[in-house]
Amino acid sequence: MMEDRHEIRICGFGGQGVMLAGFIIGQAASIYENKYVTHIRDYGPEARGSTCRGDVVISDEPVLYPYITAPSVLVAMSQMGYDKYRPKSRDDVLIIIDEGLVKHREVKRDRLRSIPALRFAEELGRVAVANVVVLGFFSAVAGIVSFDAMKKSVLDSVPRGTEDLNIRALEKGHDYGLEKLAAMQRQKPAHVVDPS
Amino acid sequence: MSGNGYLTGEFFASGDDACAEGAIRAGCRFFAGYPITPATEIAERMSERLPEVGGTYIQMEDEMASMAAVLGASWGGVKAMTATSGPGFSLMMENIGLGLMTETPCVVVNIQRAGPSTGLPTLTGQGDMMQARWGSHGCYSIIALSPSSPQELYDLTIRAFNLSEEYRLPVLVMSEAATGHMYEKVTFLPPDRVEISSRRKPTVPPEEYLPFNPDSCMVPEMACAGEGYAFHVTGLTHDERGYPASSVAVQDKLVRRLVDKIEKNRDDIIEFEEDGVDGADVVVCSYGISARVSRIAVNRARQEGIKVGLLRLITVWPFPEDRIRQIARRAEAFIVPEINNGQIVLEVERCAAGRTRVIPLSHLGGGVHNPESILHAIERVAR
Repeated sequence: MMEDRHEIRICGFGGQGVMLAGFIIGQAASIYENKYVTHIRDYGPEARGSTCRGDVVISDEPVLYPYITAPSVLVAMSQMGYDKYRPKSRDDVLIIIDEGLVKHREVKRDRLRSIPALRFAEELGRVAVANVVVLGFFSAVAGIVSFDAMKKSVLDSVPRGTEDLNIRALEKGHDYGLEKLAAMQRQKPAHVVDPS
Repeated sequence: MSGNGYLTGEFFASGDDACAEGAIRAGCRFFAGYPITPATEIAERMSERLPEVGGTYIQMEDEMASMAAVLGASWGGVKAMTATSGPGFSLMMENIGLGLMTETPCVVVNIQRAGPSTGLPTLTGQGDMMQARWGSHGCYSIIALSPSSPQELYDLTIRAFNLSEEYRLPVLVMSEAATGHMYEKVTFLPPDRVEISSRRKPTVPPEEYLPFNPDSCMVPEMACAGEGYAFHVTGLTHDERGYPASSVAVQDKLVRRLVDKIEKNRDDIIEFEEDGVDGADVVVCSYGISARVSRIAVNRARQEGIKVGLLRLITVWPFPEDRIRQIARRAEAFIVPEINNGQIVLEVERCAAGRTRVIPLSHLGGGVHNPESILHAIERVAR
């Protein structure tokens, strides 16, 4: 695969807003950062309750093949999603998990980024924004889509009257991601890094 | 959204959504349909958007009724469409034939899934391409377009409406789940960048009007209900007045014209995209999502030094016979990737007429070709 091609898979339960999160990432990169982007999603019983996934391909060149064979970024918001798609990911995959929902089995943890997104969403008053917390975190730690683009894309996509809540959720995830990155930088001289 | 109800600008939209917006932009103001995966989102979006632009959306009891309602709406004077997938397309066949015989402008979108029968409802296919050409009984010619991206689902839905109005027939947009359910950037065009055609109205006074009296371009002027013109419409073989006339002579004249109005205007209707076809040893001929995937293989084969071209069919019916014949005189082989057991490859074979090798590359549905499989086919031929 060409190096400028990011293959992002986001997975979780039906109802967590996983599809919407994939759409928002795609829209941010496509409309607000002018990248070539495709987005496809599960469609069928899997999208209605059990494990579901959305795939986003972001590239500097036209995306002729919109399918992902091995993700370069895996965002898992459920254990089943992590268990199902982690083995199908690239060796150097960047893994983003909700640490309250996913028990990981990563041996090398330098490519793992975890956040208690659901807990943060509860603290913000609505569990429904956990996916947007993850989006903020994603923009901070993945380095693929800027916070500004993500913010515009979220505002385009959420129901009227929920903008403030969603932006607070996005900022919460983003701030946490930046803190996490800073902590990793500080720890870098050490031999073993466990950012989770 | 602007004040007139049209969306303009760049959107991250699915092919299905883009199709619906293209229809609205083209002037479609009536949709009758029955939801079916993977075309449901077109119906959904039309049900939201049509009322915003003064149009009408009806969910019908089935696809036979949907197609009948679309024909009726068109005779009522509005641009009309329906959208479906394989099983619904089968049910629409009879009334698509009625639309052809009565020369009724309308658009039928088929977001193909893998069949036969209910097959793989959520997964892609291109198995209805011959059904699009021959699915209704009797002799006729038809127009079918094949988009390769959500943007083209927008553009070609507009073109489908224009062609249907210019030539007075149901025009088919033959897409597939892979494109209909794909999200990508789509530019919804402002009015000054879109050409819109509408059916020609009668210029003679009502007492002189003959509803099936064709002019030089073989397409009669069309009066609609409530415009002061009396007319009769039937699926039976009919004379210029529109009345049934059961004779060999009338049948010959009518059906010949229905065919000729398409076949003699092929140059206006047929559209394809070529990349490096002239001078190529191997030509990959494909359409829709399969053409999109083929491009990956073509690019890689070129890096290996193989002279390979890509002929992407945008208009599949009528088939670009002349161009295929020209290419067949020089190229060593055609490779035809498609998500069926070999349908359009038969047309390529027919036109190549033994002058060059024609190699089918079938995928039986549920996914798209692995670009590697197309690359290997090119390599095998080139060696």
